[in-house]
Amino acid sequence: MSPIGVDEWVARSGERHDRGSGPLESLRRLGDRVGWWQRLAVLALVGFLFGHIGANGFQQTVAFNAVIYAILAVGLNIVVGWAGLLDLGYVAFYGIGAYGFALLSSSAFGNLMQQTGGVQLPAYASIPIVLVFAGLVGLAIGLVSLRLGGDYLAIVTLFFGIAFAEVVNNVDPAHLGGPDGITSLNPIQGLGGAIGSTIGYYYLALIVLIALMAGLHLLDASRTGRAWRAVRDDPLAAQVMTIPVNAVKVMAFSFGAIVAALAGAIFAAQQTNVFPTNFQSPVLILIYACLVLGGVGSIAGAVLGGVLVTVVQQMLASPTDAGYLFYGLIILALIIRVRPWRLLGAMLAAIVAFGFAARAIVGAISHSAIAGSTGSVGWIGSALRHYVIVPANPMSYGNVLYVLLICALVGIVRLKGIWRLIATVPTVYFGACCWEARLSVDPAITAQIMIGAILIVMMAVRPEGLLGARRVEII
Amino acid sequence: MQILLQTIVNGLTAGSVYALIALGYTMVYGVLKLLNFAHGDLFMVGAFIGYFAIGWFGGPTALSIPVWVLIVFMFAVASFGVGALGVAIERFAYRPLRNAPRIAPLITALGVSFVLENSVLLLFGGLPRSYDSTAFIPFSLSIHIDSVSIGIIQILTLVLSVLLMVGLLFLVNRTILGKSMRAVASDREAAEMLGIDVNRTISMTFLIGSALAGSAGVMYGLGYANQVSNVIGFLAGLKAFTAAVVGGIGSIPGAMIGGLFIGLCESFSLSYVSSEYGDLMVFGILIAVMLIRPTGLFGQAPLQKV
Repeated sequence: MSPIGVDEWVARSGERHDRGSGPLESLRRLGDRVGWWQRLAVLALVGFLFGHIGANGFQQTVAFNAVIYAILAVGLNIVVGWAGLLDLGYVAFYGIGAYGFALLSSSAFGNLMQQTGGVQLPAYASIPIVLVFAGLVGLAIGLVSLRLGGDYLAIVTLFFGIAFAEVVNNVDPAHLGGPDGITSLNPIQGLGGAIGSTIGYYYLALIVLIALMAGLHLLDASRTGRAWRAVRDDPLAAQVMTIPVNAVKVMAFSFGAIVAALAGAIFAAQQTNVFPTNFQSPVLILIYACLVLGGVGSIAGAVLGGVLVTVVQQMLASPTDAGYLFYGLIILALIIRVRPWRLLGAMLAAIVAFGFAARAIVGAISHSAIAGSTGSVGWIGSALRHYVIVPANPMSYGNVLYVLLICALVGIVRLKGIWRLIATVPTVYFGACCWEARLSVDPAITAQIMIGAILIVMMAVRPEGLLGARRVEII
Repeated sequence: MQILLQTIVNGLTAGSVYALIALGYTMVYGVLKLLNFAHGDLFMVGAFIGYFAIGWFGGPTALSIPVWVLIVFMFAVASFGVGALGVAIERFAYRPLRNAPRIAPLITALGVSFVLENSVLLLFGGLPRSYDSTAFIPFSLSIHIDSVSIGIIQILTLVLSVLLMVGLLFLVNRTILGKSMRAVASDREAAEMLGIDVNRTISMTFLIGSALAGSAGVMYGLGYANQVSNVIGFLAGLKAFTAAVVGGIGSIPGAMIGGLFIGLCESFSLSYVSSEYGDLMVFGILIAVMLIRPTGLFGQAPLQKV
């Protein structure tokens, strides 16, 4: 437990009395008892063991991306979580790292078409150059931000991020490649030769992540870390306490930029190419989703968020896994929200009964209304084939159902007590119908919608994220 | 000379669309101090509603009602539909976060924007659609001055947006609702103590701002062929946002002038510099304005209360 001020101790007295129950809370209390480096060692062990279980190529790519997003979220956490600066241009630093590495280790400065000439620096030279450059850009943006408070900072950084994407897309196609990007990058040379495989880059990224987590943990407890949090909570009070507010803010920007650039360089080396679309605003939203889900201000939360968001996104890309995820989430939500278990059992029975009744009624009216096939494959699909209502041509039916589903979800939030439980029964059933008829057919779009929904729901239900500590507002 | 005049006309037309979107940004920022990133997507939804309104009356080539009735109907239904959507978003996404830390509603707004954009993609697909306004708008009504042609749609856009802006200024400065909006903008708690229904005022602000975005969407669909798709909201929203910031966010006349300014900048860089750098120019202007005058051209520096 870190030392806290008297004000905060008093403000948290209620929290200590009614500390929440539930699996998450007890897990965190268990975690509090273990030292931080032991926790880190366990994470490192799990991470390295994963590389040895013989994962297939797809799983390796997912694992690599998860670690990259974890690094990005940890870096964003420095700027947003600790220093409290809303940096919406963060993805540009990621892009600067990737493009910087690409320019220095390919034929981009030579003849891009024939893949000859160019700088072709080895990685141990090019990555430090890129990191220093990104740090300087972060410094420049940070200096600009000194003039601007709060929202204006968000605006300028947002436009910086968009300007970066526009520049690499439009300016100087002979070197930056335009929309075609830069291809055929040199791999990173390790001690024993070039890293040629995804799993090699996974290990590299994992080492970087572990080192970062350790370093940032120490930084968090240092003078600088305390200064960041002081500036976030109250810049005026921090200034009175002789903290150099401006220098501290600029430092946070630079640190975040360097971490993002490092992630970008590793990402570019693994991909062996860079494209402008890899660094546009959807990626920014994804990184924010990682941080927000895990908990703003917590290193472990950022890592957890990075892993969760990547895995969820990749799972949604495959219809079978997406089905598990969707129905698993529904059942999990019901188990958490509906108590006691008798009520839960009654609800599940009601959902099953309601579904069969609805299907029987619709089937009696028109046979073609239930003639369609389910979008899910595997055992979920065959289990639900005789349960959900899917007409022969499910496209527009699914669309209507999707709109109604959103209205129903919004409406349920407004209901109270028993009415909410009653309304949940048909909503869950038609949610399943909508999933089978429409959502599982377009998994890529569904993934994006779910990421957006996670952001909205998380902010409304648990703004501090899964592992973040609730911030106490001292008035 | 002819190119110059045509550039100005095009710039003013595009600018008045941006100005209408910017008004919504600036009004919401005024009352909630929230950058509503989903606002550009409301504009996109408005453009889609207009598209389907044409379809309800037989499509562009076989209209079952007179053209002017259709146009009035399109603007009405897009304004009301998008206005209602905006109110719903405020009610369910932003209101629970009224007292949360500043960062929470901003992230929610990003999420809402993401959900809207992808929901439209899911429902209507990614192919750009066209109003085919050339098929039913009588182009003989264009005005020609020295071979500068001002199309009927451009005239309509300009006149209608000027009318809407004048109406908005009247509403904000002369009515009770406008007075309560200004009161909530200047101090929400004090306004509440004086008996102003803050929630209702904020809802009305969202309704009006979103309705303006909806009608801007219809104007955009009428004016630009083959452009109605789920991604237009992002870029148009950003430019309108630039306009609001350049004019001074929170200031209504600032948003109008900022919108026209951005439209002119864009049109001049398209005509005289290069078509690729148009967007970059706009964002460059924004960053320059922010550096020289962080509060925009018409904005006031917020008083620091300690």
